[in-house]
Amino acid sequence: MASTRRVAEAPPGSIAFNLNGVAVAAPIEGEAPLLAALRGPLGLSGTRFGCGAEQCGACLVLVDDQPSYACTLPVGSVAGRRVTTVEGLGSAAAPHPVQRALLDMQAGQCGYCLSGIQIRAVALLRETPRPDEAAVRAALDPHLCRCGSHNRIVAAILQAAAEMAP
Amino acid sequence: MNLAFHGPMADGRPKLPGSLHVNRRLDQWLLLLPGGQVVVTPGKVELGQGILTALAQIAAEELDVALPRIRMQAASTPGSPDEAVTSGSLSVQESGMAIRHACAEARGIFVGVIAQRSGVSRDDIVVRDGEFLAPDGRVLGSYWSLAGADLLAVEATPGVTPKPAAERRIAGTSAPRLDLPEKVFGAPRFIQDLRLPGMWHARVVRPVARGARLAALRDGPLPGGATLHRDGSFLAVLAPQEHHAEAAALRVASRAEWHATDTLPEDAAVEAWLEQAPGEHSVVLDRAAETPPATHRVAARLFRPFITHGSIGTCCALAQWDAGMMRIWTHSQGITNLCADLVKAMGLPAEVFHIQHVEGAGCYGHNGADDVALEAALLARAHPGRPVRVLWTRAEELGWGPASPAMLVRVEAEADAEGGLLRWSQQVTSNGHSGRPGRGKLPTLLAASMLAEPFAVPNAINPPLAGGGGAQRNAIPGYRVPAMNIGMTHLSDMPIRSSALRGLGALANVWAIESVMDELAEAAGADPLAYRLRHLDDARARDVLTRAAEMAGWEGRAKREGFGYGLAVARYKGSGAWCAAVAEIEAAERVFCRRLWLASDVGEVINPDGTLNQIEGGAIQATSMCLMEAVRHDARTITSDSWEAYPVLRFSEVPRIQAAIIPRPEAPPLGAGECSMGPVIGAIANAIADALSVRVRHWPFTPENLSKSLEN
Repeated sequence: MASTRRVAEAPPGSIAFNLNGVAVAAPIEGEAPLLAALRGPLGLSGTRFGCGAEQCGACLVLVDDQPSYACTLPVGSVAGRRVTTVEGLGSAAAPHPVQRALLDMQAGQCGYCLSGIQIRAVALLRETPRPDEAAVRAALDPHLCRCGSHNRIVAAILQAAAEMAP
Repeated sequence: MNLAFHGPMADGRPKLPGSLHVNRRLDQWLLLLPGGQVVVTPGKVELGQGILTALAQIAAEELDVALPRIRMQAASTPGSPDEAVTSGSLSVQESGMAIRHACAEARGIFVGVIAQRSGVSRDDIVVRDGEFLAPDGRVLGSYWSLAGADLLAVEATPGVTPKPAAERRIAGTSAPRLDLPEKVFGAPRFIQDLRLPGMWHARVVRPVARGARLAALRDGPLPGGATLHRDGSFLAVLAPQEHHAEAAALRVASRAEWHATDTLPEDAAVEAWLEQAPGEHSVVLDRAAETPPATHRVAARLFRPFITHGSIGTCCALAQWDAGMMRIWTHSQGITNLCADLVKAMGLPAEVFHIQHVEGAGCYGHNGADDVALEAALLARAHPGRPVRVLWTRAEELGWGPASPAMLVRVEAEADAEGGLLRWSQQVTSNGHSGRPGRGKLPTLLAASMLAEPFAVPNAINPPLAGGGGAQRNAIPGYRVPAMNIGMTHLSDMPIRSSALRGLGALANVWAIESVMDELAEAAGADPLAYRLRHLDDARARDVLTRAAEMAGWEGRAKREGFGYGLAVARYKGSGAWCAAVAEIEAAERVFCRRLWLASDVGEVINPDGTLNQIEGGAIQATSMCLMEAVRHDARTITSDSWEAYPVLRFSEVPRIQAAIIPRPEAPPLGAGECSMGPVIGAIANAIADALSVRVRHWPFTPENLSKSLEN
C-alpha cells in the first residue's frame, strides 16, 4: 500500500474512494479499470483477473454494497464511493463467516475463483439472509469454477447463512 | 523421475521408491532447522490439487513430528530434486513415496546417533513430535538439537521400512489444505500476484492466424510510455503499468499486418480430417484367439472434438535477466523440462537459468504455463536488469494454449449367443497428447516458432503405454475378452498445437468402451451392471462397480419420463485408480446431469477429504467437457476464445455428487486426480441412451449432436 494516501480530496491525477473502510487515492487515470487500480497502485491482489469481459466473476467487488465487475468498471466511476474487496471481508485472525465456512468445508481446489464468489455470497446473504440451495446456485451462476468445487462452495455458503441468520 | 514417461527405471542401482531413485541424497528432500521446523523440498508442485498438504502429512508421519512443523518449499531449479512433471496422477507415488522413505531413513539416522550418544538402545527410543525419549521419559535430544550435524548429507539406502499402515496417525487423515487459507483471504500467493521492484508489465500481440508472419507494422504512439518488442513475428509491448500494456497491445494489434493462410480444417470438417490426415499406425495390443462364431456384433465410431483446459486464471510468468543470470518465476508443471526448452529456444546455457515455481490457477494439464515463461524470458533478455511480467489474456488462454486433440475411436466388438465377449477391436486416431517441453530436439514452446530465426513446431507425441500412454490411454478394455486388437494412428500433421489435458485419451476411450458394453448388454438382454460384472475378473474393479451401483440404488431404479440412468467403470491407465460412476441425467431442452454416484479405489489414501475433492472435481469437469465443450475455429484460427464461445458448466447445472472411497490402507497409493473422468463420461452417455434411446457418438452431447447420432 506504499502509494496509497489517506486523504479525503484526491490529489490531481488520482481517484479518491473508500476501500475496505479506508480512504484511498489511486494515482491512475479515471478510465482505467478499477481492477488495475486495485492490483496496481493500491497493492491489493485478492481481486482476480479472469477474463476482462464480465464473463467469469473472478474480479467481483462491492461498490456501495452492489456487486460490480472490477475488470470493466472505470475507476473514475467509483470516486467518492465505497469499494469492498475480498481483503475487506475478513482475515485469518477474524474471518468472515463465509470465509470460515469455505475453509471448514475445504471448498476450493485452486482457489482462484473464490474471491469473486465470496463477494457474491456476501451480497446474496445481505439481500436474502436464508437462501435455499437453488437460490445460492442461481446467484453463483455468473461465476466460473473450473476445478469442480461447486457443490462444496454452495454447501459452505448455506452453512455461513445458517451461522449469520440462525 | 516421471515414471509416466520413462517407464520403470532399470539403471543397475539399488531400487529406491519413487523419485528417490534418481534423487538419492536425503538432504535433497528435507532439511531440519534448529528452530524446530522441517523444510520439505519436493520437485512436484501445487496445482490446486492439494499435493503439498499430502506430502507434508507423509513427512510428518514418518518423522514423528506434528504437522505444523512441516514447511513445504515450492520447487526450483537448481535446488529441488528433479521430479520431471507434476502430471498423470503420479505425485503421491513418485514424490510421496520418496518423501516417505527419505523421512523414515532420516528418522532412523537420528535415532541411531541419539542411541550411540545416550547409550539407550535404539529400539527403546520413542520419537514424539521431534524429541527423542528414553523409556523413563527422559528427553535424549531432538531433531532440532542435531540440526547442525549434517546427518542427512548421505544417499538413501534400500531396505528402510516406513511405518506399517496400522501405525499411521497423520497420513490417512483429512488434514486441511495448507495453501487454502491464503487463497480464501486473498493474500498474495498466486504467480499473478507477484510484484518485483521496477517491474514492467508485458502483453503479447498474437497473429491473426495460425502460422501467420508479420508483414508490416505501422508506427505510432503508445500509451503510458509503453515499449514495443519485435523478434520476427513475436510481437509484444511492455509498460510500467499493467493497463497501459493492455491498451498498447490493442493499438499495436490494430497496426500490424500479417501474411496469413488457411492452415486448419474447417470446424465442421474435423471429423473428416481425422479420417484422411496422414498418420502412423501402431499396434497397442494384438491378442489372437480362436473364438466361436459371433451372434452379436456392435460397431461404433465416436468422435470427440478438440477441447481445452480453460484455467480460470490466465497464464503468467516473470523473468529477470541480470548479471548473466536468467531468473524465471513460473507455474509450469515441470520446471526442469521447461528449462531444457528455454535452453534450446534462447540459445543460452542451462546454468544461467534459475527457475522458481509459484502457484497458479488450476491448469488441468499442459496449458500455456510453459509458453508464457519463454515469452517473459525473451522480453527480459531484451531489457537487462528489468523484471518483466507477462500475463495472457482470456483470448490467449482459450485460443493459444495447447488443446487436447480431437479423437476418433472406432470399436468393433463381438459376443456369442449368450452375450459372452469374444472379440474387441478398438482403433484410436488423433494427434499426439503430449507436447510438453524438454523431451525432444526442438522446443515445443509457442513463441519459438515465431522468432526471426524460428524453430519448426515439433509434432506432439503419445507416451508409451507402459508410461500411461496418450491417445491409447485406456484403449484396452478391462473386461475379459479372448481376442483383442487395439491400435492407434498418430497423425503427423498438427494444425492445432495439442498437448496433455487431464485424462488424455482415457476420456474418449472409456466413453467408447463403456458405450459399447452397454449396447452388448442390451443385445444380450442383460442388465448393464450384471453384464459388466460377468466380464470383470479384477476384484477391485468389481468392488467399485458394485459399490457405486448400491449407492445409486441401481437395482431399484425407476423409469421416469425424461430421466435416464447409466453406469461405467474403468481403471485409470489400466494401472492406476479404479472408479465406477452412476449418472442420472435429465433430457430437457438439453441434457443435464443431475446426480452422480462415484465409488473409487485409489489404494492407500493420504488425505481422504482431499482425495474426494479431486474425485468430485474431476467428475464435474468431465460432465462439463462431455456435455458442453468443443474448441471452435475457422480455417485460420481458434474462434472459441471467450467464455461465451467456450461455455463450461455453471453452478446451477452441476450434478449433485455422492462419492465414496473404498479403503485400502495396505495397498500402494495410485493417485486420484483423473480416475473419475472417463467413467463419468461413459455413465452420462449411457444414461442418455437410457432416457432417449440414442447412442451418442458425437461430443459434446448437445441436442444437435444427439440428432446427428440418431441420423447415423
